Amino acid sequence: MTETTAASSSFVNIGERTNVTGSAAFKKLILADDYTAAVEVARQQVENGAQVIDVNMDEGLLDAEYAMTTFLKLIAAEPDIARIPVMIDSSKWSVIEAGLKCVPGKPIVNSISMKEGEEPFLEHARKCMAYGAAVVVMAFDEVGQADTKERKIEICERAYKLLTGIGFPPEDIIFDPNIFAVATGIEEHDNYAVDFIEAVKEIRIRCPHAHFSGGLSNLSFSFRGNEVVRRAMHSVFLYYAIPAGLDMAIVNAGQLDVYDTIDPELRLACEDVILNRKVEGEAESPTERLIALAERYKGKDAAQEKAAEEWRGWEVRKRLEHALVKGIDAHIVADTEEMRLAMDRPIEVIEGPLMDGMNVVGDLFGSGKMFLPQVVKSARVMKKAVAHLLPFIEAAKEPGAKGKGKVVMATVKGDVHDIGKNIVGVVLQCNGFEIVDLGVMVPWSKILEAANENDADMIGLSGLITPSLDEMVTVAEEMQRAGMTMPLLIGGATTSKVHTALRIDPAYQGPVIHVLDASRAVGVATSLVSDTGRDAFVDGYKSEYEHIRDVRAGKGQSVLLSIEEARANYYDAYLSDKPAPPLQPGLHRFDDWSLEDLRECIDWTPFFRAWELHGTWPSILDDEVVGETAVALKADADAMLDRIIAEKWLTARGVCAFWPCARDGDSVTIHLADEERHVTLPFLRQQIKKSRDRANMCLADFIDPAGDWIGGFAVGIHGIEPYSDRFRADKDDYSDILLKALADRFAEAFAERLHQHVRTTLWGYAPGEQLTNEALIKEEYRGIRPAPGYPACPDHSLKPILFDLLAAEENAGLVLTESFAMLPTAAVSGFYFGHPESQYFGVARIGSDQLEDYAARRGVDLETATRWLRPNLD
Amino acid sequence: MTSAREALQAAAKKRILLTDGGWGTQIQLKKLTEACYAGNLGLSHDQKGNNDILALTRPDVVTAIGESYLAAGSDIVSTNTFSANRISQADYGAEALVADINHESARLGRATAEKYEALDGRRRFVAGAVGPTNKTLSLSPDVNNPGFREIDFDELKDVYLEQVVALAEGGADFILIETIFDTLNAKAGIAATLEAEAKVGRELPLMISMTLTDLSGRNLSGHTVEAFWYAVRHAKPLTIGLNCSFGAAQLRPHVKVLSELADALVMVYPNAGLPNELGEYDELPDTTAGLVREWAEHGQVNILGGCCGSTPAHIAAMAKAIEGLAPRQIPEVPVRTRLAGLEPFTMAA
Repeated sequence: MTETTAASSSFVNIGERTNVTGSAAFKKLILADDYTAAVEVARQQVENGAQVIDVNMDEGLLDAEYAMTTFLKLIAAEPDIARIPVMIDSSKWSVIEAGLKCVPGKPIVNSISMKEGEEPFLEHARKCMAYGAAVVVMAFDEVGQADTKERKIEICERAYKLLTGIGFPPEDIIFDPNIFAVATGIEEHDNYAVDFIEAVKEIRIRCPHAHFSGGLSNLSFSFRGNEVVRRAMHSVFLYYAIPAGLDMAIVNAGQLDVYDTIDPELRLACEDVILNRKVEGEAESPTERLIALAERYKGKDAAQEKAAEEWRGWEVRKRLEHALVKGIDAHIVADTEEMRLAMDRPIEVIEGPLMDGMNVVGDLFGSGKMFLPQVVKSARVMKKAVAHLLPFIEAAKEPGAKGKGKVVMATVKGDVHDIGKNIVGVVLQCNGFEIVDLGVMVPWSKILEAANENDADMIGLSGLITPSLDEMVTVAEEMQRAGMTMPLLIGGATTSKVHTALRIDPAYQGPVIHVLDASRAVGVATSLVSDTGRDAFVDGYKSEYEHIRDVRAGKGQSVLLSIEEARANYYDAYLSDKPAPPLQPGLHRFDDWSLEDLRECIDWTPFFRAWELHGTWPSILDDEVVGETAVALKADADAMLDRIIAEKWLTARGVCAFWPCARDGDSVTIHLADEERHVTLPFLRQQIKKSRDRANMCLADFIDPAGDWIGGFAVGIHGIEPYSDRFRADKDDYSDILLKALADRFAEAFAERLHQHVRTTLWGYAPGEQLTNEALIKEEYRGIRPAPGYPACPDHSLKPILFDLLAAEENAGLVLTESFAMLPTAAVSGFYFGHPESQYFGVARIGSDQLEDYAARRGVDLETATRWLRPNLD
Repeated sequence: MTSAREALQAAAKKRILLTDGGWGTQIQLKKLTEACYAGNLGLSHDQKGNNDILALTRPDVVTAIGESYLAAGSDIVSTNTFSANRISQADYGAEALVADINHESARLGRATAEKYEALDGRRRFVAGAVGPTNKTLSLSPDVNNPGFREIDFDELKDVYLEQVVALAEGGADFILIETIFDTLNAKAGIAATLEAEAKVGRELPLMISMTLTDLSGRNLSGHTVEAFWYAVRHAKPLTIGLNCSFGAAQLRPHVKVLSELADALVMVYPNAGLPNELGEYDELPDTTAGLVREWAEHGQVNILGGCCGSTPAHIAAMAKAIEGLAPRQIPEVPVRTRLAGLEPFTMAA
């Protein structure tokens, strides 16, 4: 099973093991001229998830230029390693330049500084530009290394001005404002971590587009030899430095602790040291307390053995099954090892007791006695057991376990949503399939390549936003072009049987199957690898899709009005009721909305739906069938929420604004007086012939042509990546999916809460509104907040306009992919309409006359508009 | 007069431009004898097949081919200097003539361009063609010693520098680093061009053209189209694109990728299809033109042309096929840190 990390991430792990100053083992290999083994160290780094690989050969006994160039040339010959960028790390410029001459891609130079004055600094920077490299700039000047916050800011800002002055691209500047050792016993050092974090916050504002990096191991230098304490310090430091802006660090990714698994007492002591929290009147300083506590961890592992429970007395096969069914991972490695010793070959442990246990899980799931949350927990246990066995299997050079089949899975290019895909992957794994998960934003070429390389039995595509539908068609077309025949599985919230039948199936001659949800995935995949049942199964789908196409081609479709007729039947709102101008016009930015507050407005029903538990909150807890599972899931969610809030894992950032506007046909024109410009928001009108006196609605109908107001907002939940990455590194899909699902809930709750704040305070057209959370969820308030890409406003491409109006990247840290998916993934954006009659509706199918008119209003060619609005054209 | 860079950019805003087609296959058609190639230069090696030396020995042939392309509709004429570098010329014992060949070729190109400008008033451009040489900076020729290299960066940069300076002094508007199979070779070419600018005292806008060696869209050094673009983007090239390798049909998906990424003009000049069993290109002009028209219709290209096997008839067919089609709009690319190994790596903002 491979897991590829997405090629874009907000926190970059730089592999540090290929550094002679940081790794004694690597140094030994290089000094012994054992480059073959040294290359393997690089390969492991990449396999362990390093996104950039740091290479440093600064060692007195070495010819550093020779070692650097030799090593770089060798790794260039290894496609597995060379696929990621290199960081050429040396304190000597000659070594860096020699390295630059060996690297074909675009590397990072680490580092240059003003240590020897401006001239050499700029000279080196010019050379980096000529070779094409990003550069780490150390906070170091003629006087020395920056230690205080002020010095760090001063030096970095000066360097930034000098560099941008010679045309150096600001996005290629990475500052290293020096992470120094704390808890050294010297009082002047106590504030070093705080200085770093505070400086990063400030420099980030003063130096747009620049990035931040640092070497973590310095921080814990005074605890050499005590790995438990060092790891805890590093995790705690990152926990505070990443939100401040640290976006890459030279770390051993495999050796970071998950923040919330650190012993709370140790964690608190580390926090006191890193944040320099002295308590007045306490005899012990934070440093003294950590030193005293550190004694306890010397030579120990942090994990504590739990007391044996009753089932621990059972025989080992039974224990394995119990652990799998109950999803208990505490003893799985020990039990797996015991089983391995009892069997002839390690592979038999997988093929025998473990698969037996998973079959029990599969049967329980298939018969509706187990539910997704539990299955995902079982998968976590299975993964850990298999991970333990793999080295033995490899050592014995045995072929790997023969699974039922191999599935390559990906969220398509332009889309970032992966909860559903991850769930399906886990469920398939539980049922004996091998999953090659390519991650999110995967271009078709990579999907095809991976399918061929892995000799896959089928490909599974996932996507949440409507532009992904088009991308799936592209994948199908390219599979056809490449002459492939393997089945293509389609899943995700916007996909449908109809779209699959009309667009994807005709593009590919091989089997195309729309999979409604995770529980169906097993049945579909199993049928597709069945020798006997496959053909009948595939033919069944083919003929069903043909039938759907025939029905569509016939008179099945509802009648469309011409756009002129539809406009004549517009929704005639009583315009005198329009809301008064906002009490607080302009833009409002929220850098850190209280998560505690948002927790109160979470709508739990969609949360359970994400786990395929159907029912309405809160009655779902008493549901006869899924109630017990729902209660357990809610308890896990609450426990994680407690941590998220207490330990501030996530940050809710948002922005909203109000603009004077007027309706102009089916568009709304915003007047930005300060900037002397107009912005047009083109909307779409329902065109399907309505019965009786119902209107053909368009959002513009709720705006007064004589002058009115409209609002917009974008909110996002930041900071999930390090936790998600660590959960995944720990093979804990359950916690990862839980965290992502909760982040989504926070984003929705934030949108709800902000809308309320807008109605009562900022716009203020409903100052006396008093609504319960239930009433909020049922939208019993005045005004709507339709989101681009949703039924009332189906064009996702309005998001760039909205984001531009809100400066959403600057104000809320939100960006869009090429298919207009929002990053971070847990995000919501939309427009505010305040008219009391404004309401949600679905635009549904539109005609080519409106499409042409819309393209003109949107200022794009017909082909682009067709692509964007495809789901509304069928 | 406006600079060549600005003039090309201005013209490219109005319509899709055309560069020329293949030179090697056109020269072959002339059935020249060894004596024609060698002239009276008194070189010791057999010169047959040394196409570039014709600038000195048969300038009439070079001029005639250049003119045939401009007559067919090309806006750009490239110099016949694909192998006019010290490494390739060593095979013919003609290293000493590298500067002369390039200087003379550029001068001939300039004269051809000016002749056609005078005829219709439309500006023509001369692209100084720089080939990849037959050495590679990223790969070892010895499978048992993957760290070995036949040549190093500085040596190759100096080889390019000699050629680029001579092309510039002879009157080339642009430097066209083409058929790039090794990304690091291209980076050496870029570094050489930057040095040459300082030497000749004027800007030398770069045209950079990658060649794919497998259908998944990588060149020989293993870079994807996107990674390649990030690796050379620091050159702020006037054009970025693809040439040679396959025919237009096979380049299709990769042109699309590049078109969406690059904030530079996109220039693509494919071979006339794939070679047949005899190694000959037999794709008909209308076929090639029909294929490149697809890109033009999708707004994916700014400059089109041909590589191996293409002829003035191919260029004329393209001119007809793309008439009236709008050129590609250069996309707004968000500011991001874009790094590259063999694959691209983009950091979040």
